[in-house]
Amino acid sequence: MQLSNTEGIPGKEITAFYGVVSGSTVRAKHAGRDLMASLKNIFGGELKGYTELLSESRDEAIRRMTEQARQLGANAVVNVRFSTSSVAAGAAEIYVYGTAVTVE
Amino acid sequence: MDQLIIFALLLSLGYFFGRSAEKRHYASIQQREQDFINMPTTAGKYVLGENTTVTKSHLVTGSVVISVDYFKRILASLRSFFGGNVRSYETLVDRARREAVLRMKESCPDADQIINIRLETSSIYKGQGKQIGSVEVLAYGTAVYLAP
Repeated sequence: MQLSNTEGIPGKEITAFYGVVSGSTVRAKHAGRDLMASLKNIFGGELKGYTELLSESRDEAIRRMTEQARQLGANAVVNVRFSTSSVAAGAAEIYVYGTAVTVE
Repeated sequence: MDQLIIFALLLSLGYFFGRSAEKRHYASIQQREQDFINMPTTAGKYVLGENTTVTKSHLVTGSVVISVDYFKRILASLRSFFGGNVRSYETLVDRARREAVLRMKESCPDADQIINIRLETSSIYKGQGKQIGSVEVLAYGTAVYLAP
């Protein structure tokens, strides 16, 4: 599955469109990670636990989107966009969407 | 009295550790930006330069979560009283964005360019009473490999 956030796959031609596909995950803060986070909050610096959480949920969202595209028979997703929103206090959503297409 | 001592302790811990952490981080960002100077990035849709024959392309992402230290948080809350630019948070988001872009570049060291870069900022603590001053940045773009 090829992914791109440009309007097409560079150097290839799109032969069929299948419409918008999307995937999302909601992540919440984590008691163990939160302990470290509150410590880091004094010293400053990277919150590694949360960076991991962010990239895991991002990969999971991408996986859900490509799964949906595969079911439609597409072999690529173009114009991929990420969007984040806070669902409730202490929880945030990562939403990824794009257009499922077939490239030659 | 005890509370005052704890407050002063937290403040000085934040000041010294936060400052050295930020200094080290900026040094590492500048070093790595130099290392990746040959991989141009653009927010535009098209491949830069004369040679635009693309052999391969894929989506690349990079993300980071950075927290601000105690001293700067107090500074920022003072600033929100008087108004003006909150400098202590400016460096926080600057560091986070540059770090996210660098991680994105590091995930594809063989690529020639990264086009259509987008940056998304979020916070898990948004809308919560007890705010933790942290920022999450997600950078993404399309890595392209050009024909030699």
